[in-house]
Amino acid sequence: MKHYEVEILDAKTREKLCFLDKVEPQATIAEIKNLFTKTQGKSLKDEDVLQKLPVGTTATLYFRDLGAQISWVTVFLTEYAGPLFIYLLFYFRVPFIYGHKYDFTSSRHTVVHLACICHSFHYVKRLLETLFVHRFSHGTMPLRNIFKNCTYYWGFAAWMAYYINHPLYTPPTYGAQQIKLALAIFVICQLGNFSIHMALRDLRPAGSKTRKIPYPTKNPFTWLFLLVSCPNYTYEVGSWIGFAIMTQCLPVALFSLVGFTQMTIWAKGKHRSYLKEFRDYPPLRMPIIPFLL
Amino acid sequence: MASSEEDGTNGGASEAGDEKEPSGRRRRLGLAATAWLTFYNIAMTAGWLVLAIAMVRFYMEKGTHRGLYKSIQKTLKFFQTVALIEIVHCIIGIVPTSVLVTGVQVSSRIFMVWLITHSIKPIQNEESVVLFLVSWTVTEITRYSFYTFSLLDHLPYFVKWARYNFFIILYPVGVAGELLTIYAALPYVKKSGMFSIRLPNKYNVSFDYYYFLLITMASYIPLFPQLYFHMLRQRRKVLHGEVIVEKDD
Repeated sequence: MKHYEVEILDAKTREKLCFLDKVEPQATIAEIKNLFTKTQGKSLKDEDVLQKLPVGTTATLYFRDLGAQISWVTVFLTEYAGPLFIYLLFYFRVPFIYGHKYDFTSSRHTVVHLACICHSFHYVKRLLETLFVHRFSHGTMPLRNIFKNCTYYWGFAAWMAYYINHPLYTPPTYGAQQIKLALAIFVICQLGNFSIHMALRDLRPAGSKTRKIPYPTKNPFTWLFLLVSCPNYTYEVGSWIGFAIMTQCLPVALFSLVGFTQMTIWAKGKHRSYLKEFRDYPPLRMPIIPFLL
Repeated sequence: MASSEEDGTNGGASEAGDEKEPSGRRRRLGLAATAWLTFYNIAMTAGWLVLAIAMVRFYMEKGTHRGLYKSIQKTLKFFQTVALIEIVHCIIGIVPTSVLVTGVQVSSRIFMVWLITHSIKPIQNEESVVLFLVSWTVTEITRYSFYTFSLLDHLPYFVKWARYNFFIILYPVGVAGELLTIYAALPYVKKSGMFSIRLPNKYNVSFDYYYFLLITMASYIPLFPQLYFHMLRQRRKVLHGEVIVEKDD
């Protein structure tokens, strides 16, 4: 069967958009349209070697403008610095948030002060990890992400902080017991999350983009790797659940839920790419929740 | 936007592939899925037709729109609420539309029906209610019959034409009806404090339905043009899109 070579040009500019070099004579226009969009699908990596690509003797490379980009580090720093600062505005009851008689007053509930420490610690930890711990695969992301991400983080931080630091805040129903338990969960999960970040960093030498299967180390917090692919996300959800129980604040619970949903999507994606890349990937592991999800 | 003119096809040909013969980009739907979707779309077409006829008959008999909503509310609530199934269709993949888009559309309809007209009785006799009811009815009859015919592989051009042209008028009319209705409801919401929670409470949260409605109304400003221009682009693609073959020289 003789194959066709099909060249697709832009109708207005006449520029060559695509060259398909092995099209079946029976192919319909719809199928050709499909091939066209598919050839523009998968992007190559910097490290890919020309010889190893699935091309014939002539390689046609398509250049795709990704649009305005911004560095991951910049995005992370901005999206994390916001909540740190914003929460403190509410904690110190800066004017025009609550009634004027409350300006610069302090809450009489211990848990409110505790919550401020935990929240601030969490974001300071994230900022330091961004600067000194994480090794990013990609340098940049689309510019519009910074607006999307900052709206999410800053918006929720303001929403939570408003209620926790409100003069009419109601402390947890089960009092000190509830607060102590929640604090324990929070601290354990923060330590866990940090341990995973360190373990992941040690997997990858500085400046490299290699990917390896993460395994448990001597640090007991990393033993969660036996059961999940992304224990960093597991611990992160745990931290926020702890914070929600500690403050007994519905917006915090909602923030945890939304974060959990997003992290589950990411964990499933990561899990899938681990499975695809490594034949010997441990079968017991689930993406984010041991045995369940 | 409650006037749901998005083009998830509810089964059958996908948006750009409508005008071609079935061998085009038709997803391979199982027999059960096709049968169910055909039944669903026929049922919904019929339901909204019944609603349309009931509305016309009421107006012909009573000569006024007062009491119209009350007389058709059960049918409206039934058929509009059942449309939630369309989200499931997207989730299980028998309809090629995004879950989010369908979710937003159906949700905005559910919002109007249950959280506005059902819950705020004083505004049920506003003219603006008739405005969006008429818009929704014509839109849904067109949309569901379009899907039905697509699934049955016999799409009359006038149905496709209607689906991609009626929205030009119906969409803004429907939006106007919805916005005016929400606006009319505002004083009653403020006075009654309905659906609202105040501080202090043990979950440390508050919600003011009045401000929520104001924000909802404001959100129409960015959302409506996006959806409207999307439909205009779809229209251009479906009704006027073409592939030119050039001869070799």
